[in-house]
Amino acid sequence: MGIDKIVGKPISRLEGREKVTGMAKYAAEYQADNLLHGYVVSSPITKGRIIDIDITKVIDIPGVVEVISHKNRPKLAWFDLQYTDMDAPPGTVFKPLYDENILYNGQPIALIIAKDFETARYGSTQIIFKFEEQDFQTVLKDNLTRARPAKKGFATALKPPPPPPTGDFENAFENAAIKVESEFQHGTEHHNPIELFATTTIFEGNGKLTIYDKTQGTINNQLFVANLFGLRYKDVRVLAPFVGGAFGSGLRPQYQLFLCVMAALHLKRNVRVVLDRKQMFSFSHRPPAIQKLRFASDINGRITALGHEVFAETSNFEDYTEPTASWSHRLYAAPNTLFEHHLIPLDVYTPMDMRAPGGSTALHAIECTMDELSYKLKIDPLDLRLINYSDMDPSAEKPYTSKALRACYLEAAEKFGWDKRSPEPGSMARGNKLVGYGMATGIWDAFQFPARVEAMISADGKLILNNATTDIGTGTLTIMTQIAADELGLNIADVDFRYGDSKKPFSMFQGGSATTSSTGVAIVIAARALRKKLVRKAGEMKDSPFKNVAAEQVVFKGGNLLLKEDMKTFISLKEIIAFNAGRPIKTTNMGKPHVLKLRKYSLATHSASFVEVEVDKDLGVVTVTRAVTAVAAGKIINPKTARSQILGSMIWGISKTLHEETIMDARLGKYINANLGEYHIPVHADIGELEVIFTEEKDDLINEIGTKGVGEIGLVAMPAAISNAIYHATGKRINKLPIHFDELF
Amino acid sequence: MLTKNQAPKRGVDSQSICFTINGRRESISIEPWVSLLDCLRDHLNLTGSKKGCDHGQCGACTIICDGKRILSCLSLAVMKDGAEITTIEGIAKGDELHPLQQAFIDHDAFQCGYCTPGQICSAIGLLKEGKANSRTEVKEMMSGNLCRCGANVGIIDAIMQVKDGGGHE
Repeated sequence: MGIDKIVGKPISRLEGREKVTGMAKYAAEYQADNLLHGYVVSSPITKGRIIDIDITKVIDIPGVVEVISHKNRPKLAWFDLQYTDMDAPPGTVFKPLYDENILYNGQPIALIIAKDFETARYGSTQIIFKFEEQDFQTVLKDNLTRARPAKKGFATALKPPPPPPTGDFENAFENAAIKVESEFQHGTEHHNPIELFATTTIFEGNGKLTIYDKTQGTINNQLFVANLFGLRYKDVRVLAPFVGGAFGSGLRPQYQLFLCVMAALHLKRNVRVVLDRKQMFSFSHRPPAIQKLRFASDINGRITALGHEVFAETSNFEDYTEPTASWSHRLYAAPNTLFEHHLIPLDVYTPMDMRAPGGSTALHAIECTMDELSYKLKIDPLDLRLINYSDMDPSAEKPYTSKALRACYLEAAEKFGWDKRSPEPGSMARGNKLVGYGMATGIWDAFQFPARVEAMISADGKLILNNATTDIGTGTLTIMTQIAADELGLNIADVDFRYGDSKKPFSMFQGGSATTSSTGVAIVIAARALRKKLVRKAGEMKDSPFKNVAAEQVVFKGGNLLLKEDMKTFISLKEIIAFNAGRPIKTTNMGKPHVLKLRKYSLATHSASFVEVEVDKDLGVVTVTRAVTAVAAGKIINPKTARSQILGSMIWGISKTLHEETIMDARLGKYINANLGEYHIPVHADIGELEVIFTEEKDDLINEIGTKGVGEIGLVAMPAAISNAIYHATGKRINKLPIHFDELF
Repeated sequence: MLTKNQAPKRGVDSQSICFTINGRRESISIEPWVSLLDCLRDHLNLTGSKKGCDHGQCGACTIICDGKRILSCLSLAVMKDGAEITTIEGIAKGDELHPLQQAFIDHDAFQCGYCTPGQICSAIGLLKEGKANSRTEVKEMMSGNLCRCGANVGIIDAIMQVKDGGGHE
């Protein structure tokens, strides 16, 4: 509505001051009277039974208040559904301290509660468990014969199994002019936000709890706690005003929440439970996967067959799946396709969504296979993508609401200098370093979830908005404020977006790159309703020029309502509220996807990454010297925070390809590098020149604000682009991530 | 609930220590096993210094102690008796942000903000050391501070701006 739009401007994060001065408070940082501290005891065995627990040495420690294990825990809900959450895969939810059975290494088996952190931690070393151990299986590649399809459940709606085969894949592949067959191996990855998972529960009395939790979903966790402990929804308040990173790990309530609430209710005291870094490897991860791809084309590079078979890990109690196998067909047309997703249940915790789940795994394999195909065809890798470019979504045979991928390719290629690439592997060098150029395509879903927003004008003429969403570092506060400011023609300073609180109107968990489209649309819908109410109220004022004026005839600007016909006639928001006896004028509205209209379309964001690597000729050390990623994700609300999202996920791509992996010890069934010294993520010195391009993409169909989400699309193309650059530099195809220097020479 | 230890009594005596934190003298009686980081966060309510690993591997707990950047999780509080400590809460002068804090905001050098206090304290320590002369050296010498959001580019841009602008003390 405003003449000078705030949407589209690179506004600095509104909570920046709190974050740079140490004033931003995270879940473990809320003080409370007589706060007790809980420390979790983790199972040292991988599978079996607890046969005895000796706590005598623990209770002798001065300051220890309680030891809770399955033997003395308070009575718990027993019905599976009471443990479930909005992101639970099909199966039986893991129940902490439920019984004597050990399902995975690191499983919580007791909680020591003491007057301070140090005492509780010391207590955890003095508890003695006796176990009966059983044989276990924790290694994916040793268990391929146990592969089976995934069970179906609630989560299947968002994560459908691959579509049935089309054409006659086997025959087409067998008889194709050009074909590539390749296998890819990905290791386990852990989210590892720098903030440790933590919960502070304030025991308010009268059955009420106030819970500061590290989560991506305040309402998800509110419902979980209320269901589990038999509390009324309105008596459980979950707050997460600041969240120190999550990347998917906060999509489900984690066990520190459960244990902390249980202890608080049991002891009727305020309790805090913080996990340690090793325990951050004990709940959920990106599953290891083996992928077998078979792509074929005619001699001109036209793809004729796409085959993609996935073998991924899950736990023995839940069937976690992430759409992986069929992504290639959303990019490239092919008359013959065969996509399969198999699960291999192992004695590990259930995997979970981790930034670009499925997509980052799949696109690495798909785009490396495309690269290999391009070499077989002697066609430039970029040209091969353009030959097979599809404006439609071939898998659904529907048009995209918008797709500016071609422009992504061309803009990024030009910025990168792709034309300076000499095609032969190993043909480019810089001193003692081999130089390689690689490129790859990215695609990701454009989700929108239902969300409700309360919008009101307060007595001082400010716009207050309420929604339960979190801001996990994505810039939610800033961009919601921008969207709202434009809707009511206000300055940023006159908008107050309040969030991170389960008491506020509904928001799904913050995942799937969906928050901007979900809460953002709800803001627009609520603002429309609010404008109508304000105009109507203005019309009720004495001698009002706004009498019987439609909201569409009014411009909102600078805290005033102006008549479109006669911009000199205006009334201020403050005057309207004063006329309303100082009571705020408010409305609560739901924003939701236009499911019926959108059924005719496919929805996706796209990207193209171009990467230069240097590979040391003697040592094999790989450095990503520079990378350009162009992203088509509809309207960009804030180019500054959006750029940071893309840069961050490009660095995740570097990390996935060259650094991070959790190593499973097959004999012990446990992760052996469960710390930040040995679980490598890129440090500042690993990061070269990174550039982000937002390709113009206007989308009037997708939703009211034309956004598609930018949280994950920056990651998906990077692993293949880097791997392809390494091939170009060295002539070696390393299809196992992360790529280590010792595999190159 | 356990009934045995209703009157907590320590086997080891707490020790009285004194240090200057952010210009203010603090006296505290503390058990010898409490880390400086936990002392700041749990005993002095200075939660700006963050705990990310408790092992000296992530850098989130970096503070400035006697003019040098240190990892507060790797010191016991009692070892710092008499020290002069600056935490993130003491970097700004009242409402006036330190140039590096402003540069972090301007360059969007953080997303979730959890590693930020450590990054800023570490960078101030680095600039004082005067060893890092180029962008490459700054990147190398800031590499003890991890950022999982991947705000690395903004962090180094912010430090370079302040370094080149001479805006630091």
